[in-house]
Amino acid sequence: MSAVIDHDHAHDHHDHHGGYGGIMRWITTTNHKDIGTLYLWFSFLMFGVGGIMAVAIRAELYSPGLQFVDPDFFNQLTTMHGLIMIFGAIMPAFVGFANWQIPMMIGAPDMAFARLNNWSFWLLPFAATLLALSFLMPGGAPGVGWTMYAPLTVQMGMGMDFTIFAVHLLGMSSILGSINIITTILNMRAPGMTLLRMPLFVWTWLITAYLLLAVMPVLAGAVTMTLTDRHFGTTFFNAAGGGDPVLYQHIFWFFGHPEVYVVALPAFGVISQVIPAFSRKPLFGYASMVYATSAIAILSFIVWAHHMYTTGIPVTGQLFFMYATILIAVPTGVKVFNWVATMWKGSLSFETPMLFALGFLFMFTLGGFTGLVLALVPVDIQLQDTYYVVAHFHYVMVAGALFAAFAGIYFWLPKWTGKMYDETLGKIHFWLTLVFLNMIFFVQHFLGLAGMPRRIPDYPLMFETWNKISSLGAFGMGLAQLLFLYIVVKCIRSGAPAPQKPWEGADSLEWTHLPTPVPYHSFETPPVLH
Amino acid sequence: MNLEQANRRLCMRLAVIALGMFGFGFALVPFYGQICAALGVNSLTQRDSVSNTQIDASRTVTIELDSNTRDLPWRFRPLVNHLQVHPGELATVEYEIVNQRAAPVTGQAVPSYGPQFAGEYFKKLECFCFTQQTLAPGETRRMPVTFVVDPKLPRDVNTITVSYTFFEVAGRGGKS
Repeated sequence: MSAVIDHDHAHDHHDHHGGYGGIMRWITTTNHKDIGTLYLWFSFLMFGVGGIMAVAIRAELYSPGLQFVDPDFFNQLTTMHGLIMIFGAIMPAFVGFANWQIPMMIGAPDMAFARLNNWSFWLLPFAATLLALSFLMPGGAPGVGWTMYAPLTVQMGMGMDFTIFAVHLLGMSSILGSINIITTILNMRAPGMTLLRMPLFVWTWLITAYLLLAVMPVLAGAVTMTLTDRHFGTTFFNAAGGGDPVLYQHIFWFFGHPEVYVVALPAFGVISQVIPAFSRKPLFGYASMVYATSAIAILSFIVWAHHMYTTGIPVTGQLFFMYATILIAVPTGVKVFNWVATMWKGSLSFETPMLFALGFLFMFTLGGFTGLVLALVPVDIQLQDTYYVVAHFHYVMVAGALFAAFAGIYFWLPKWTGKMYDETLGKIHFWLTLVFLNMIFFVQHFLGLAGMPRRIPDYPLMFETWNKISSLGAFGMGLAQLLFLYIVVKCIRSGAPAPQKPWEGADSLEWTHLPTPVPYHSFETPPVLH
Repeated sequence: MNLEQANRRLCMRLAVIALGMFGFGFALVPFYGQICAALGVNSLTQRDSVSNTQIDASRTVTIELDSNTRDLPWRFRPLVNHLQVHPGELATVEYEIVNQRAAPVTGQAVPSYGPQFAGEYFKKLECFCFTQQTLAPGETRRMPVTFVVDPKLPRDVNTITVSYTFFEVAGRGGKS
C-alpha cells in the first residue's frame, strides 16, 4: 500500500511525513490512513502466524494417535492460536478499518489524538513479540487455553508471565484506541453529520469502543490477579489459599462475552455498508439497526455465566443466564432481517465484497443458531467443551468476523489504493474460502455431538473420518489465504486504475466527497452536508 | 471551548471510565463473596442447620478423612483415617495440629469433598474451619468436627472423602 500513497505524495506538495522516509515514516506516522494500513498489515501477519498454528493443530488431528507434536505443545498451540487470532488478527483488523474509515465517513481530517493513535498501534508488535517469546521460555508457552483459566495459570512456567504482560499491552492498546475512536466520533463530525446520519459502520464502532473501554480493564484486572497469585503471595484464585478458581471464570467471562461482540459488532458495521452498496438501496431500518446494536451491547453484560453452566452455579442462575442469552437472538434477528430486507427488490450485483457479505449472512446466522442451541442449559451440559462449541465459535469468528473483514478489504481497497483488485481472482478466493471453511468447521458439529472433547491431540478411532475432512479443509483454507495475499499485492502493485466511484451504490462520504484514490490528507476543511 | 480542549476533556472522562472498570474487576472479588454468602452457595466454612435427624440404619456410609497444609509449618492430621456412619447419625471426629514454627501462626482451613456433590449432604455442626485458628509456637491443638450425613444422600454414594487444607492467613502472625 505504501507504494500507492507515495505515488500520491509525488503529486501533492504538502509535507506529509514530517520529513521522514522509509521505515521511520511508518514508526513516526500520525496519519490515520498510515496507521490503518499498519494495523491491517499487522493483522494479516498475525493471521498468518495464527493460521500456521491452526494448520499444525489440524495436522496433528489428521490421524488418531500422536504424530507431530506432544500433548503439551499441542495445548500451547491451541492457546496461542486463540490469543493471536482474537487479539492479534481480528481485533486489529477492525481497528485498521476504523482508522481508515471513521474520519473519512464523518468528515473529520484525522483521529482526535494522532500521536496516541501511533502509540496504540506500536504497542501491538511488542505484545506479539512477548507472546512469541513465551514459546522459548522453560516449559514453553502457556498451555492453558485462550481463556487462561485458574488454577492452571498459577502453575505454569515463565511463559505465562510473558503472556500476562502481552495481554496487558494488548489491553492498553485497545483502551487507547477506544478513547481515540469515541472522541473522534463524538467531537469531530462534520457540521450536519448528526449522530443518526452516521454510517452504520461508525455507529457499530462507537458502541464497540465503549464495550472495549468497559471490559478490557476487567481482563487486565483478571490477569493482574493471576500475576500476583503467581508471584506475590495473593490467593485470589487458589483454592488451597482461600481463593476460588470459579471466581476467575466469572471475572474472565464478564470480559469474555462482551469481547465476542467487540469482534462481531464492527463486522456487522462492515456488512451494513456493503449490502446496501451492492443492493443499490439504502440500508433497511437504519434506526432499528442502531438500537439493535446498542441492545446487543447492553445485553452482552448480563449473559457471561452461560459459559459456566457446568461450574455448579444454582439452577436459578442457570435459568436467568439462559433466558438472557436467548434474548440476544432478538436484536440479532432484527439485524439479519434488516440485511435481508435491504436486498429485497434491490438491484443486486455480486462482486467479491457482496459475495463475502452474503457468505457472512448465511454462516454467521448459522453460528448464531448453534449459539442458541448452546445457550440451552440441558444441551450445553452435554456439549460443554466439545467440538460443537469449537464449530460454533469458529462460525461466528471466521465465517462472521473474518468474512466481514474480507468483504471490507475488497470493498474499500479500490478507494484506498486507487486500483482495482482482480475480480476473477477475488471470486475464486471467496469460493475457495467458503468451501474449505465449511469443510473444516461444519463436520466439527458432528464430532461435538458424538462427544469429541476440544483441546486434545489424540482421539478415539471412531472420530477419524470427520477429523480427516476437517484437516484437509484446514490445509486448503491456509493455501486459499495465500491467494488473498497475492490478490492484495497484485492490486497495490499493478491493479488497473479504479474508477472514481467503483461501486455505484456506495453513498457514504468517502465515496461521494473524496477522489479515488483518497488523498493522504482528506477533509482538512469539513465537507458541506445537506 | 475549542476542539482541542473538548477532546482533552472527553479523553480524561473516558480514561476515568477505564480506570474505574479496572477497579471494578477487583471489586468483583468481595462482591462475589457477598453474593455467594447471600445465596448460600459455596458456603464451605459456615455452620449447617440440620432439621431431620431420622437415622437411616439401613445403610452405612464410609467417611474418609484427609488433611493437607499449604505453605504452613503445621503438622495436621485426623486422629482416625476413616469411619462408618449411618445417614442421619451424629458423629464427631478429631483433628490434631502442631505448630512447628517458633512463632505464632494463624491459619484457616477449607474443606473439599469427593465426590464434589456430596458436599451438600455433609452437614457440619461444629468445625475448626468455621474460624481462623491461631497457634502459639510449638502448640498442639485437638479440634473436633461434628457432622451429620443428610439421609437424602443418593443411595449410590457409599463413600465420602472429606479433605481439609489449612493455609496461612497472611499478615496475621498470630497476634490476635
